[in-house]
Amino acid sequence: MKWFVSQDVIKAPIQDILERGSGQKVRRCYQCGKCSAGCPMSFKMEHLPNQIIRMIQLGMEKEVLSSQTIWLCASCLACTARCPREIDIAEIMDFLRRRAYLKRVKPKLDAKVLLFNKVFLWNVEWFGRLYEIALIGMFNMFSLEFFKDFSIAPKMFLMRKIGLFPALKINRKEIREIFKRSHKVGLDQKDK
Amino acid sequence: MKIGVFVCHCGTNISHTVDVEEVAKAAAKLPNVHFATTYKYMCSSPGQALIADSIKEKGLDRIVVSACSPSLHEKTFRKCLEEAGINPYLVEMANIREHCSWVHSDRAQATKKAIELVKLSVAKVSRSKPLSKSFIPIEKRVLVIGGGISGIQAALDVSFAKFPVVMVEKEPSIGGKMAKFDKTFPTLDCAACILTPKMVGVAQNKYVTMHTFSEVVEVSGHVGDFTVKIKKKARSVDLKKCTGCGACYAKCPVKVTSEFDEGLGKRKAIYVPFPQAVPNVPVIDRNACLWFTKKTCGLCKKVCAIGAIDYDQEDEIIEEKFGAIIVATGFKQFDHSVYGEYGYGKFKDVVTGMHFERMANSSGPTGGKIVRPSDGKEALDVVFIQCVGSRDEQKGVPYCSRVCCMYTAKHATLLREHNKNAQAYVFYIDVRAAGKNYEEFVKKAQDEYGAVYLRGRVSRVFEKGGKLIVRGADTLSGSQIEIKADLVVLANGLIAQDDATTIAQMLHIQYDKNRLFTEAHPKLAPVETITSGIFLTGACQSPKDIPDTVATASAASVKALGLMVHDKLEKDPLVARTNNDLCSGCKACYLACPYSAIEMVEIEDRKLKRKRMVSRVIEGVCAGCGNCTAVCRMGAIDVEGFTNRQIMRQIEAL
Repeated sequence: MKWFVSQDVIKAPIQDILERGSGQKVRRCYQCGKCSAGCPMSFKMEHLPNQIIRMIQLGMEKEVLSSQTIWLCASCLACTARCPREIDIAEIMDFLRRRAYLKRVKPKLDAKVLLFNKVFLWNVEWFGRLYEIALIGMFNMFSLEFFKDFSIAPKMFLMRKIGLFPALKINRKEIREIFKRSHKVGLDQKDK
Repeated sequence: MKIGVFVCHCGTNISHTVDVEEVAKAAAKLPNVHFATTYKYMCSSPGQALIADSIKEKGLDRIVVSACSPSLHEKTFRKCLEEAGINPYLVEMANIREHCSWVHSDRAQATKKAIELVKLSVAKVSRSKPLSKSFIPIEKRVLVIGGGISGIQAALDVSFAKFPVVMVEKEPSIGGKMAKFDKTFPTLDCAACILTPKMVGVAQNKYVTMHTFSEVVEVSGHVGDFTVKIKKKARSVDLKKCTGCGACYAKCPVKVTSEFDEGLGKRKAIYVPFPQAVPNVPVIDRNACLWFTKKTCGLCKKVCAIGAIDYDQEDEIIEEKFGAIIVATGFKQFDHSVYGEYGYGKFKDVVTGMHFERMANSSGPTGGKIVRPSDGKEALDVVFIQCVGSRDEQKGVPYCSRVCCMYTAKHATLLREHNKNAQAYVFYIDVRAAGKNYEEFVKKAQDEYGAVYLRGRVSRVFEKGGKLIVRGADTLSGSQIEIKADLVVLANGLIAQDDATTIAQMLHIQYDKNRLFTEAHPKLAPVETITSGIFLTGACQSPKDIPDTVATASAASVKALGLMVHDKLEKDPLVARTNNDLCSGCKACYLACPYSAIEMVEIEDRKLKRKRMVSRVIEGVCAGCGNCTAVCRMGAIDVEGFTNRQIMRQIEAL
């Protein structure tokens, strides 16, 4: 990593914005690295979770929001459960994703992870519950890799990992209502 | 001569590698050995009873205990012999544990070695002589060298037990470094508020005699009987007459930079270092005073209504006797001029932690404002650089100074308290906050006072457009950092005083490669020195914060009081002794003695019918190290209990 940080960066408001938006005090982190140590996704991350926190402490908003890490977070909450300084790291990641989305900042290394997140949420919004075939189809279509992983589809179908039809018994109306409200909250946050 | 050999199993510590029964059997066959046996734990009560009973029943007169190191249990067995009615110095220990069973694995070989070791001890004890303990009278007075917080606390603690204390301080006022501080971590109570009551307590105490502006120049003697020469430097003001009205320094026309304010403020040529000084009597700086430099002025003498100013006062040397000495000479700030990259001396706005303390102090030179010394403007962006001198083997000292992390956190807190818009940046390597409420204090500085901690050393400080540009790194994120700072504060480490080695040599105490005084044992005797009767407290031994300093001061005073309550001190007779008939007076022992325990005296030689010089051992000082025996060409000086005859016999027995 080659960064140059001046005090204008250190004094940038991201830390306070994050504190207000997520209720998490990033200042408290003393960089023990326990979050990164237990993160199941860290093998794929360009910056480990503790590095993301450090970057926020130093005000490096641009780098954080364009990092792939925030999108790779699986929200398994292992970091949150284990943090000795009681910081909800998963919540911070969630906040950063929202902020990156609203600010239209794309991850520098791999924009597909953003696409996947979008497709995933559309999928849930429309079907009320994950409909795998639609998810895969849409993802492949938008990422222009139409036949990616096509060969393992029959095997997954046989092992009942994916179904042919969406689960329609779910109360889709209410789920859409949730999404509608979330959009509104998101738009409110955007103005701030 | 009837020697008894007692072989210990030490549970299985010895017996698992050494065949103890075999050792006892072999020992029984040695010359003069009357009886040999084994036991599971020789140091236990039944073990000792076994020895005592055997002495009585079998009429044994010398004992060999074949067990652990004599440093552990020699005393135990001496006591045991004494109670059984024979001279306690007729016991010898064969160390078959540390020297044999613990370091070997071959049972047959180890047993053989153990037998050899027993053989040596039997040979030695057969040449042992009964010795008797000597007693040293104790002078019931304590000397405290240094009038900082540690010296003050030690003096107060000793005086509480109603023993007279003499305190020697080289500065015109007691109080030391703590008097300069603004606040103290981790509670942020004001340093003066908690120190001055103690200073006044010393001044008012009828058991404490203060010699300020004085230095210890010579120490001789030994525990219980130290003779100390104290130089009272000429104050030029009569301590008894002066009322501390302040008329003299109000009128004095000469202004020089104040040492107490670290050069940030001014003082007069006649001055009290700070308003709460104890004693509140001014002193004339003879290098600055017009009377002493040009023989003019003399204003202070004219304005002094009671005639306390005395230009003719001279240095005076007094001699006093003490039973114990407490060394509380304190520390010095590391001289950071070796760090050219931090720009100290080049840029006025690069200051030390002590400067910051004076600036933060409301009675200090800036009236409690954190300003840039160059233009007096308030400092908003302040960079703190930690580990200046500490943990730097190239330019500084290898150790951690222990207090800098804490005082920097305190400064970062104070900065925000003095100015809400100020921002602290702390460059650190590790935050070491091991103490009660210390970690919490540092976290508070970060969480609540917004101090930004950057992990890394600073590479360079340079000036650009009226600001100091600080180039550093943050190794946690792997980035280079640049801060435009108004003020840079260096967290200098703590090092030994300039004259530490002189003091150590004068007192015959040891010091380490960093010139810090060495304790007798790093864990079990942290306030004692190897010279009995001399105790250490405070930062002269190692960097300490105020709580630790006060704790060691109380510890040292308890050790001193432990001596004071005795009328006389028991002394082991294992000391060197000169045979006057053999001594040629060559002085080799006199020069070799690390304790200065040997003096040269003149004796009347009847055979030669003239006077000649011989060496004599001062029993109270001798530690029985044996350096003198080793260097004596005539074999005239011998350490009791380790005589040349005994050691020769051991060599022969091998």
